[in-house]
Amino acid sequence: MSVHELSASELIAQLNAGEITSTELTRACLDRIERYDDRVQAFLQVGAESALEQAQAIDQKRKQKQPVGPLAGLPVGIKDLLCTQGVVTTCGSKMLEHFRPPYDATVIARLKQADAVLLGRLNLDEFAMGGSCENSAYFPTRNPWDLERIPGGSSGGSAAAVAAGMLPLTLGTDTGGSIRLPAGLCGVTGLKPSYGRVSRYGLVAFASSLDQIGPFGQTAEDCALALEVIAGHDPHDSTSVAQPVPAYRAALRQPLEGLRLGIVREHFGEGLDAEVEKAVREALRVYESLGAKLVDISLPHAKYGVAVYYLIAPCEASSNLARYDGAHYGHRTDEKAMHKQLAEERAVLQAAGNERGLGQLDSALVRMYRASRAEGFGAEVKRRIMLGTYALSAGYYDAYYLKALRVRRLIRQDFDEAFRQVDLIAGPVSAAPAFRIGEKADDPLSMYLVDLYTVSANLAGIAGISVPCGISQSGLPIGLQLQAPAFGEEKLLAGAHLYQQATDWHRRRPQLP
Amino acid sequence: MGLTRDEVEKVSLLARLQFTPAELERLTEQLGQIVDYVQLLAELDTTHVEPMAHPVDIANVFRPDEVRPSLPRDEVLANAPHHDQECYLVPAVLGD
Amino acid sequence: MSETSYDIVIGLEIHVQLLTASKLFCGCSTKFGAPPNTQTCPVCTGMPGSLPVMNRRAFELGLRTALALNCQIAPFTKWDRKNYYYPDLPKGYQISQFDLPFSSEGWLEISDPKGKIEPRRIGIIRAHLEEDAGKSMHDEAAGQADSRIDLNRTGTPLLEIVSKPDMRSPAEAKAFLTELKLLLTYLEVSDCNMQEGSLRVDANVNLHIPTPDGKIATPIVEIKNMNSFRAVERALTYEAARQYEVWQETGQKIGDIPKQTRGWDDVANITRGQRHKEESSDYRYFPDPDLVPVTVTEATVADARAALGELPAALRTRLEATFGLTPYDSDVIVNQGKRGVEYFLELATHSGDGKLASNWFQQDVLRTLTEQKIEIDQFGLRPERLAGLLQKVRGKEIDTSRAREVFAAMATSQKSAAEVMAELGIVQVDESQLVELCRELLAANPKIVADIKEGRGKAAGALIGQAKKKNPNVNPGRLMEICLELAQGM
Ligand SMILES: [Mg+2]
Ligand SMILES: [Zn+2]
Repeated sequence: MSVHELSASELIAQLNAGEITSTELTRACLDRIERYDDRVQAFLQVGAESALEQAQAIDQKRKQKQPVGPLAGLPVGIKDLLCTQGVVTTCGSKMLEHFRPPYDATVIARLKQADAVLLGRLNLDEFAMGGSCENSAYFPTRNPWDLERIPGGSSGGSAAAVAAGMLPLTLGTDTGGSIRLPAGLCGVTGLKPSYGRVSRYGLVAFASSLDQIGPFGQTAEDCALALEVIAGHDPHDSTSVAQPVPAYRAALRQPLEGLRLGIVREHFGEGLDAEVEKAVREALRVYESLGAKLVDISLPHAKYGVAVYYLIAPCEASSNLARYDGAHYGHRTDEKAMHKQLAEERAVLQAAGNERGLGQLDSALVRMYRASRAEGFGAEVKRRIMLGTYALSAGYYDAYYLKALRVRRLIRQDFDEAFRQVDLIAGPVSAAPAFRIGEKADDPLSMYLVDLYTVSANLAGIAGISVPCGISQSGLPIGLQLQAPAFGEEKLLAGAHLYQQATDWHRRRPQLP
Repeated sequence: MGLTRDEVEKVSLLARLQFTPAELERLTEQLGQIVDYVQLLAELDTTHVEPMAHPVDIANVFRPDEVRPSLPRDEVLANAPHHDQECYLVPAVLGD
Repeated sequence: MSETSYDIVIGLEIHVQLLTASKLFCGCSTKFGAPPNTQTCPVCTGMPGSLPVMNRRAFELGLRTALALNCQIAPFTKWDRKNYYYPDLPKGYQISQFDLPFSSEGWLEISDPKGKIEPRRIGIIRAHLEEDAGKSMHDEAAGQADSRIDLNRTGTPLLEIVSKPDMRSPAEAKAFLTELKLLLTYLEVSDCNMQEGSLRVDANVNLHIPTPDGKIATPIVEIKNMNSFRAVERALTYEAARQYEVWQETGQKIGDIPKQTRGWDDVANITRGQRHKEESSDYRYFPDPDLVPVTVTEATVADARAALGELPAALRTRLEATFGLTPYDSDVIVNQGKRGVEYFLELATHSGDGKLASNWFQQDVLRTLTEQKIEIDQFGLRPERLAGLLQKVRGKEIDTSRAREVFAAMATSQKSAAEVMAELGIVQVDESQLVELCRELLAANPKIVADIKEGRGKAAGALIGQAKKKNPNVNPGRLMEICLELAQGM
């Protein structure tokens, strides 16, 4: 097998055994990016030089028998939403086209400490808002299984890079499904940890009470490896939980006889693609054959998830994105042109004797804000800011935001109830395989409904993972989602590992032209 | 239900965004659809349900009152669209 | 306006900077006066990805203040975002408290030692924590096109204290502020320096005017930009008169027009209407998802309460009861702050005479501090040593004017009262010696004797100077007594 077919865990083993050097591996990744990324377009930036420098330094360390970190020499890609000191962090937005954070996100600091090689910045939907990676201000990323199709989003670049064998391991973020969905659509393994498991410090916020950072790899073992590095309490994040980090890799091999697997009645209803249903049901049979017990369960409020999510997330986003106003960082409109425009508008109003219009005319400062934001943000980001601003504004708060918070608790209670009966919940990640680029571009609502199976985990703060479980007739990957109670990552990863030991869907790779 | 174009325009000022008339038209329609969809929640009686703002039940997270080094000023201002080496510069703040 | 009386109704909103070393949500220093934007970091400049973590001390100082203001402490409190755009607010929202502040429903008693206002309780609606904004500077005179933004102050912890509209005169408002400031100083929660902006006051004011058709209320006006307590008093006085005039002209009542904000112009002595914001304020408050709630147990409250120490009101009462001081004197002493009171208490205890100690403390000690521009802690003449002098004054071993000479010498040395007196040759003059001296003086001044005999006893005062020349230790009081007596018999 060539290096780009090996999993992160296998590569680490080879690196540690001296069978391959980090420089060789990094070069191999760079070559593959060179060869395929002009078509896949997973990367916003590739730091070849700095990656090779890091790789050489780690090879040197190994040669001198110095102790090395758990990811020593492994090339890792970062969703361009995680701040990295001195490296442009665009968030897929024109707004932050030139933004260089003066600090490292906690996960970045931990990757560096683990001796990972930070190789590049991966594409995403602008500020992580989207499920297709079409909302990047730069270009859409394409699904390596079918370049006419979306890779899923928002962490589309992170999923596509692994699927295309350009990187063994990447980080993404998941606010409503943004790791699990692209993992499922790209046929890789993607983990959304429990809320509070991984520090959000340095993750550019979309919706703070939902955002969580997680890894993409070929296998659950890769995710376990990465999670051991990035998880843990961080004094810089008040919402990171002070619980010790278990040895996730060791936990993969825990015995799972009698594993109770919950099958959510509501997940197999109307709208689920027949091929997806077939693949998922087949995966469940595999679990049964491995000794798991399938339990029929209900999440009665699951159908409200998308509505709750599309209130809470935009409300938080409208506030989180208020800082991009052209005053302290990010894009600012051309002030000369702006002043000229304002003067013209004033003149027209004055000529017409329009007192009311004059009274309502923006001040220069307000116009600077409005023009900078109108130019810096894309359509989807603006739509969500508008939605959130509206839902929080006087007179609507109770009916929308507060109502959503109440239903959120009902959703959480459904899970609490379910996890009294089962260890894990299994079901589809998405209702259908990847759709064509542009297919849903004019219909935001149908786009939002793509998150149907994933948003509830974010609302409840529980953990979820997507593992490949089939290939459609048209050759597109299908994902199986497993969910575990908050801080139940050990069993979640072990459950996914168990399946991957018995199947080889995760070994399937796209045929890149 | 839906939203009126007027409401959307007001919200656009509150959100410090601006739209062309055509964009405003479309946005009014799209936001209207989404708002209609979320009306779904109204069918649930949530009178006795506590709102859930945080997914984790933790409280009392503090840091000690210790001074840490600030950033060098040039690093603070490095990302500013307009500054004079000392301060951020913005169009005149008038009024008070 | 003299023909109709009206009630002024005043509520105050005070923002106090808490005395923490670091900011509310990050480790940047809160020191005043640093060069612009040198006390900032990713958190307080609201950089993408940064997150706030609450300063424990800020919460504790807030709790301490709320307890001293007799507030109810909420067992569960959370943080909210107040969303608005302003360049001194880099995140686009201020972290504050909205529907669940950590304290509410308190009061502060005000009184006036000069008796101008009746002692009474002013209600406190709430006290809550929030972060300060930065500073925006605009030099209109220089025709500057841009405003300059300094974010050093951004994120400094503030306690916002909102009073009920319980004050009925500008003097009461001033008394409230004075008492509040003293309390905050005693609690060591703020330095209350208005010049440096660590204490800021906004006032809400309107009038209740009795008319034949019943009492009517004028529209409430919020006054800002008051930079001293005196300015508050003057602004409120001006504003009451202005509102009355406007009411006479327009008859406008509360609710007829939207709430107005006016700024106090300290030079022109007037309030001016401020430009209306672009949209009516819609702050879209919602719980900050980056911060977790705080729960406060009864035990925590009890501990904080026990640690409050003796507060100004209680101290005044104690000084009056223990030493028989007048309310005026106790007020002056308590106003000197904790250290001043400690000094006085030691002086009073060691000298055994509270009133005498009060006089010396107020006149001599405080005057010296002012002259030397020092704090009481830096004053070298500590109370035990000064008490030695006071004992001699009390025992009439030395008269007051010579005692002042001794005080001056003691203040610049480490010597005891007895040592200084010995150096200056101050010894008590024997009574027979004094009588002899008086006889001599009277004999040499027949004119004075005649004056005394005609009932102008004051004339004897002229002899004091002559007596002091002959013997500097004579006690002027006793000298006068003897001279008057002898002259009558001459
Ligand atoms: Mg305030
Ligand atoms: Zn700071």
